Amino acid sequence: MRFSSTIRVALRALRRNKMRSILTALGIIIGIGAVITVVSMGNGTKARIEAQVAALGRNIITVYPGSSSSGGMRGGFGSSVTLTVEDAEAIAAEVADIDGVSPEVRDRNQVLANGLNWSTNINGESPDYPYIKNWNIVAGSMFSDQDVKSLAKVAVIGKTVVDQLFPNEDPIGQTLRIRNLPFRVVGVLDVKGFSLFGSDQDDVVIIPYTSHMKRVSRRANISTILVQGASPEKLDVVKQHIEDLLTQRRKGREPDFTVRTQEELAATATANSEAMTFLLMGVALVSLVVGGIGVMNIMLVSVTERTREIGIRLAIGAHGRDVLTQFLIEAILLSLLGGVLGILSGIGASNLASIYMGIPTLIAPWSIGVAVGVSSVIGLCFGFFPALKAARLDPIEALRYE
Amino acid sequence: MAPVVQIEEIHKIYESGEVPVHAVRGVSLDIHKGEFVALMGASGSGKSTLMNLLGCLDRPTKGTYKLDGIDVSGLDKNELADLRNRKLGFVFQGFNLLARTSALENVELPMLYGRHRRMSTAQIRDRAMECLESVGLTNRADHMPNQLSGGQQQRVAIARGLVNQPQVLLADEPTGNLDSRTSVEVMGVFQKLNEAGITIVMVTHELDIARYCKRNLILRDGVVVRDEAVKDRSIAAEELAKLKTAETAAKLLASPAA
Ligand SMILES: Nc1ncnc2c1ncn2[C@@H]1O[C@H](COP(=O)(O)OP(=O)(O)OP(=O)(O)O)[C@@H](O)[C@H]1O
Ligand SMILES: [Mg+2]
Repeated sequence: MRFSSTIRVALRALRRNKMRSILTALGIIIGIGAVITVVSMGNGTKARIEAQVAALGRNIITVYPGSSSSGGMRGGFGSSVTLTVEDAEAIAAEVADIDGVSPEVRDRNQVLANGLNWSTNINGESPDYPYIKNWNIVAGSMFSDQDVKSLAKVAVIGKTVVDQLFPNEDPIGQTLRIRNLPFRVVGVLDVKGFSLFGSDQDDVVIIPYTSHMKRVSRRANISTILVQGASPEKLDVVKQHIEDLLTQRRKGREPDFTVRTQEELAATATANSEAMTFLLMGVALVSLVVGGIGVMNIMLVSVTERTREIGIRLAIGAHGRDVLTQFLIEAILLSLLGGVLGILSGIGASNLASIYMGIPTLIAPWSIGVAVGVSSVIGLCFGFFPALKAARLDPIEALRYE
Repeated sequence: MAPVVQIEEIHKIYESGEVPVHAVRGVSLDIHKGEFVALMGASGSGKSTLMNLLGCLDRPTKGTYKLDGIDVSGLDKNELADLRNRKLGFVFQGFNLLARTSALENVELPMLYGRHRRMSTAQIRDRAMECLESVGLTNRADHMPNQLSGGQQQRVAIARGLVNQPQVLLADEPTGNLDSRTSVEVMGVFQKLNEAGITIVMVTHELDIARYCKRNLILRDGVVVRDEAVKDRSIAAEELAKLKTAETAAKLLASPAA
């Protein structure tokens, strides 16, 4: 039979049972809708992470305590005692193509000011820190190298700390107390928002790392070393130099540090969301298979209902192939209908998710193409058996069918 | 001229049940172009079975069948389908029109298959309209089967049977679901087509319907027991005219009472 009339016949058959067609397509609608939504969430999350990684600063290399083989990158904080200020100084002195180094000491502590108190992150850094992190000072200024040398009691604070401790006044020149030691606020950082791992980056008090180590936390080692490479192209070389230097400094001991570039960090962060995306995709695919079985079921019903029609067509000269194509096309159109409605509901659902749940979404154009392809393939696969059943009918018996 | 239908010692044995049923037992038959044959016989005598064989819908267990000179026994399923499409027209007892499909589209159906694929949509439409015209239904072309009377539906079915200019029009009990007046109308359509040269073979139970044909075959237990030309043939046009005068008379009689 000619293709245009096959399409017309199939559309008419679907329209005749509107409700049934929609209900049958529902499985596919949900499946495709879920795929589109999940992919858009994964895509959106990835885009957000990439933006956050970019916000980490420019060309950042981070040295963590603990070797990567022992999982030190995560668990190492506070437990390993391996990175020293000397390591950071050696990097600053000996590695080429770097713009800044900051030994970091991190801690959480109670901060008091104005009779208010607030538990926040106390970070010891070098004066390079705002520059490395690409983080502006909006009021006052960063402390100086001199402050580091003299273990000065000065602090640069984030927006959240300002809001908590100095709600109605200019914090510059004010005093806050950490472990009962008075620190003078010399600068306020720009708003930075939430980090890759969901923490509030503005909830921070930055003091010279020397003051942190000698006065506040009283520890001999540092948490991490932040290094800024001079250019993105040389980042890998710089990383290699740092690794070589630190290995050399350890004189044959097991390497007890891990060096990560910004890109590697991003990859680690997106890996989680990708795993989640794959998991949800699996669930969505199950729904698609269920939808396909629904299509198969309703096509079998349709073939039985239209046995006489099939008999007529076969009697007046249709080949088995003509009948097969007719029902296959009907099945494909049915699941394509589900696919198209699924795409629309998927777009709707991801908009709702980003508006009401704050989940970042970004519709991937390829996912729409895949949805169309997948739904036609489902129609093809699950429609094949019913269509074959129709094509194999005997015309006499089909005509006699009540 | 060679007969259009030529069957020799044809048998059909149904093996599907517990005991095989010998439904047709050695029928030989020649039907020439322009004939108008009625197949008669008691229920179960094998009329439908023979019609299915003639219609190439079923294969004989034994014997040969030549349709328009072609031996059908060697043909495969698709070749048989093409043969049916090209050489045969079917009219079934229950009309068997496609539901929710307009009369015109029902008539177009045979042209969507087989060698007609290459016809343009306009050509198909024109040809279907021609056939609807020959059964007097041009004004019902857009109606759905459920909007048509039984007689009209059967006429649509006849038009569909004619659309590919078949060698033989086969009709199994074409008047079986119709009242006597509509039956006569349908026989009128058949007579007109037959006069135009179309060969018709039909099954009927009713003697008076068989009298509209030119030749009557009587089957009993799968064999032809009688084969005779119809003498004193009924002419549908005349019968319809008679019916009309009778109706008018009845109305005249009834009106004073009303
Ligand atoms: N598919 C079949 N399987 C088995 N037996 C069959 C089949 N079709 C018909 N028969 C048997 O073949 C014999 C002839 O049947 P057929 O339908 O040809 O009769 P018929 O003359 O058309 O009868 P009717 O006037 O009632 O339509 C019957 O005994 C019937 O039971
Ligand atoms: Mg019968």
